[in-house]
Amino acid sequence: MSDKTANASPSDPSGRSPVGAEHEELWDRLRRLTAARIGLKRSGASLATGPLLDFQLAHARARDAVHEPLDIGRLTSELAALALPVVEIASDAEDRQRYLMRPDLGRRLSPQAPAALAPHAGAYDIVFVVADGLSARAVQMHAQPVLEGVLPALRADGWRIAPLVIVRHGRVAVGDVIARALGAECVTILIGERPGLTAPDSMGAYLTWQPDAQTTDAQRNCISNIRPEGIGYAEAAFKLAHLLRAMRMQRRSGVQLKDDSDRLLIGQ
Amino acid sequence: MYRATVGTRQYVFPDLATLMAKASPLRSGDQLAGLAAESGEERVAAQFALADLPLTAFLEQSVVPYEHDAVTRLIIDTHDRAAFAPIAHLTVGGFRDWLLADHVTGASLAALAPGVTPEMAAAVSKISRVQDLMLIAAKCAVVTRFRNTIGLPGRLSVRLQPNHPTDDAHGIAASILDGLLLGAGDAVIGINPATDSPERAHALLSMLEDIRSKLDIPTQSCVLAHVTTVLDLIGRGSPVDLVFQSIAGTEAANASFGIDLALLEEAQAAALSLGRGTVGDNVMYFETGQGSALSADAHHGVDQQTLEARAYAVARRFKPLLVNTVVGFIGPEYLFDGKQIMRAGLEDHFCGKLLGVPMGVDVCYTNHAEADQDDADALLALLVAAGVNFVMGVPGADDVMLGYQSTSFHDALAMREVFGRRPAPEFEAWLDRQGLIDDESRIRPHGVPGRFRLLLPA
Repeated sequence: MSDKTANASPSDPSGRSPVGAEHEELWDRLRRLTAARIGLKRSGASLATGPLLDFQLAHARARDAVHEPLDIGRLTSELAALALPVVEIASDAEDRQRYLMRPDLGRRLSPQAPAALAPHAGAYDIVFVVADGLSARAVQMHAQPVLEGVLPALRADGWRIAPLVIVRHGRVAVGDVIARALGAECVTILIGERPGLTAPDSMGAYLTWQPDAQTTDAQRNCISNIRPEGIGYAEAAFKLAHLLRAMRMQRRSGVQLKDDSDRLLIGQ
Repeated sequence: MYRATVGTRQYVFPDLATLMAKASPLRSGDQLAGLAAESGEERVAAQFALADLPLTAFLEQSVVPYEHDAVTRLIIDTHDRAAFAPIAHLTVGGFRDWLLADHVTGASLAALAPGVTPEMAAAVSKISRVQDLMLIAAKCAVVTRFRNTIGLPGRLSVRLQPNHPTDDAHGIAASILDGLLLGAGDAVIGINPATDSPERAHALLSMLEDIRSKLDIPTQSCVLAHVTTVLDLIGRGSPVDLVFQSIAGTEAANASFGIDLALLEEAQAAALSLGRGTVGDNVMYFETGQGSALSADAHHGVDQQTLEARAYAVARRFKPLLVNTVVGFIGPEYLFDGKQIMRAGLEDHFCGKLLGVPMGVDVCYTNHAEADQDDADALLALLVAAGVNFVMGVPGADDVMLGYQSTSFHDALAMREVFGRRPAPEFEAWLDRQGLIDDESRIRPHGVPGRFRLLLPA
């Protein structure tokens, strides 16, 4: 990969004049503040060849990430440390292509799933669901560390936590069905978000209070972009625990339940 | 009941919604909803039947029942019969011919807009080719104002979108600096916050206000948080220029966004009460996109393009500064590939302009869609040729917070040059004062002007 270089003056294609060197230094400094593609070298009104090909490479990698399968065996063994039973199920989308084209299937359970969930049904305060979504890599890497942070906080408060459910080819709303099948009062689904060029491994957490067949997205709260370079594990776990406690106290989720954990974080 | 005979076969379409859906050019979202034509011939048969339909039919029948849907009531109750008069005698096909006719000018279309319903606009788009969508939209000028003037003929504005995965103020400022140097930001400097927290939105609004006032930029800022969040912030004294909200074409879809028309009206009134616009009072910024109603299971058996046009009826009620269709964001289950995204982007722009809405387009795609930069380049060029009010400016076309590809500052530069489009006049004069415009009237930064260093972290 070529280095991204600064907006060099067109009269100085080498970018090495005192002015060019100063710009390179400036943009190098600014690029430490954001992963955004800033200060890209220009050729006239367009991009220089280097940053153009950098982009093409990132896009090719993100496309590859969408189609990478979830390694359920590995995930299950990593989640074992959380001391919760783990149930593996699938949505009604039997393969990746169907999953991408038919979101309705990704929200439903496979015909075999209810039987796998039934023995675990009970009365729980919460169920955590882990689904591959659009980036299996995201939950493969980040689900376990976030759960490790949030579960002790909830256990200390006496929450009754249902077995952990892993869903292949799942969408956010599949968590609603699972919560009802297990008898859980609320659901948090950890799911791989759409891979971006700089973040093929971003995880989202969606929280829903008493989900039912009429639940809409306005009734969910979301923490997006969970990954070490975005919302880190500790911050995500803190926000999650805070929102869950607020949800349980106010007995609602969604747009009426604001995430005011920033105030607490800043106050810490 | 609608009928069309093609050769020896007769096609029957039981109701208006079915006719509209079957006449829609192919897209995956209508297939997902089970509404698409089952063959190419059935689609064209529906287009023949639709072309013969009198426009008055849309005032007599609603695709979503009047009694059950506030958006339908808005469309019917605010329809301007006098403005409609010049086309009242036409069929959908006759309307297409009329729109293309030489005697129909920008002035006639501006006068017509309150007489056009979203369903009429959608219907005529379904029997139009991309070229027609461009020719007709290019005649329309929808001009709006807040601190500058957007949508004038010969102009192309850019939303500077400096998103950051953790809303880091320095990281956002660095992207704003890059965008301003490349002439972006005249439509709005608008941040999508990573989380919908009032504290964060307030901090971002304050930062944008600080940058804008330090550099004395004739533009407006926006933090794209939920309308309820921004309403609260207005009450608490945050510096709010524009109120943002995602909207859709049915009452139920809007409910899934946590909004209704009364809430939007309240928000508009609150933003107007601040009196922050200097050259105009368009204070709303809306975003839309085909497929959102289906995604919320609130589509009432209506095709996604017709519902998208209905969202513009919601928008125009509140005199927005900007309406942005985020055309490829929703994913391949609604718009499968570059071809479907291209058609949808041009339909949305056309329908919005015909309805009198200040349309911009986020030309974009996700990594799970069958599309790439070449598709985005093609749609962007077609939209600029068709007179789109504004497009997005994202550093390097890569939104590192939302995880999708939009258009870049460089893309806007390229389009301004290929088509000779200039920024909003007040903003252009400001760019010139900053020394960012060269002798050939091109935007060409040579270094970072001294004042811009105020944006840099100490």
